[in-house]
Amino acid sequence: MQIIQPHYHGIARTAQDYQRMAMAGVVAVAEPAFWAGFDRKYPETFIDYFRQISEFEPTRAAQYGIRHFCWVAVNPKEAENPPLSYEVLKHMPEFFDKPNVLGVGEIGFHKTTRNEEEIFEAQIEMALKHNQLILIHTPHLQDKVRGTRRTLEVLAHMKVDPARVWIDHIEEHTIRAPLDAGYWVGFTLYPITKCSPKRAVDMLEHYGSQRILVNSSADWGPSDPFTLQECILEFRRRGHSLQEALEIFHNNPCRFLGQNPKFDIQPIRVQHEN
Amino acid sequence: MLKPTEVLEKDFLDTRCMLLEIAAMLDRLDAAAQREQTPAAAEDPRLQQIHQALQLLTERETTADRVERLLHLFSEKD
Repeated sequence: MQIIQPHYHGIARTAQDYQRMAMAGVVAVAEPAFWAGFDRKYPETFIDYFRQISEFEPTRAAQYGIRHFCWVAVNPKEAENPPLSYEVLKHMPEFFDKPNVLGVGEIGFHKTTRNEEEIFEAQIEMALKHNQLILIHTPHLQDKVRGTRRTLEVLAHMKVDPARVWIDHIEEHTIRAPLDAGYWVGFTLYPITKCSPKRAVDMLEHYGSQRILVNSSADWGPSDPFTLQECILEFRRRGHSLQEALEIFHNNPCRFLGQNPKFDIQPIRVQHEN
Repeated sequence: MLKPTEVLEKDFLDTRCMLLEIAAMLDRLDAAAQREQTPAAAEDPRLQQIHQALQLLTERETTADRVERLLHLFSEKD
């Protein structure tokens, strides 16, 4: 089955991941800009990071036949440093012209501070000005409810089109409001701290598949790109059809990411001969 | 050997995750029963065992042999 991994941090992973993902059906990945595990000191470090994910990482993925797309942003954690963030923001528009850059992300809140909010708003404004898609990170664990609520409040007073915004790392206690408001939502399959494959399928069965993206967000921490395949297996074991699986794990990423014409992979439909 | 706070620091998130999985399984069971318009398997001995196990885990005044007692609970009776 053809699969799109819509949130994947390739720079933190080995080539073996790409090889195994290719063998397991992955045809494309999208890599948001994220926190490197430590706070960077210099804007130039971000610029080189954006070069890495927009220029070099596609060549690694291509060796295994995987299309690679990316996003640029100052991540929520480092947005706590506005002077550094504004220096980085000055350079971000240069990357919007790259052939694999899809938008601004992942932005949003980490601890839901004033500084984070200022930079969050500045990046939304930049995305709107340059007609870019928006990918929003919601906070971890005990900070998730407050951060998600504030995210929706910030978005509500800015002129965003909800259909062009993906709010990620949603769980059972944060899913209703973003879906009701017309945003795309993402389930992130982490071994311990986010959503499990079984719980993701429970939510798909409860809420349906419209405007939902499922991803592994595999990075440098405890994470695994193959939680996506685990989720597909769980979905199919519960009796859902191949086409229903394709709608969620291939076609939905095409529908959301395809709003940027650079993402040219089309939804697919299973057709039997005769 | 770990101190009590170290046990919590090391195992809290794993335990949180396992509790969420138990909650999700019970929700799944209820949702399936609702879809099929049948009772939620209340008489099924496996569900009764799960409820007994959860009750055992909520005892505050107890001894550090919960695992052994759970395993006996899930064992065939003579």
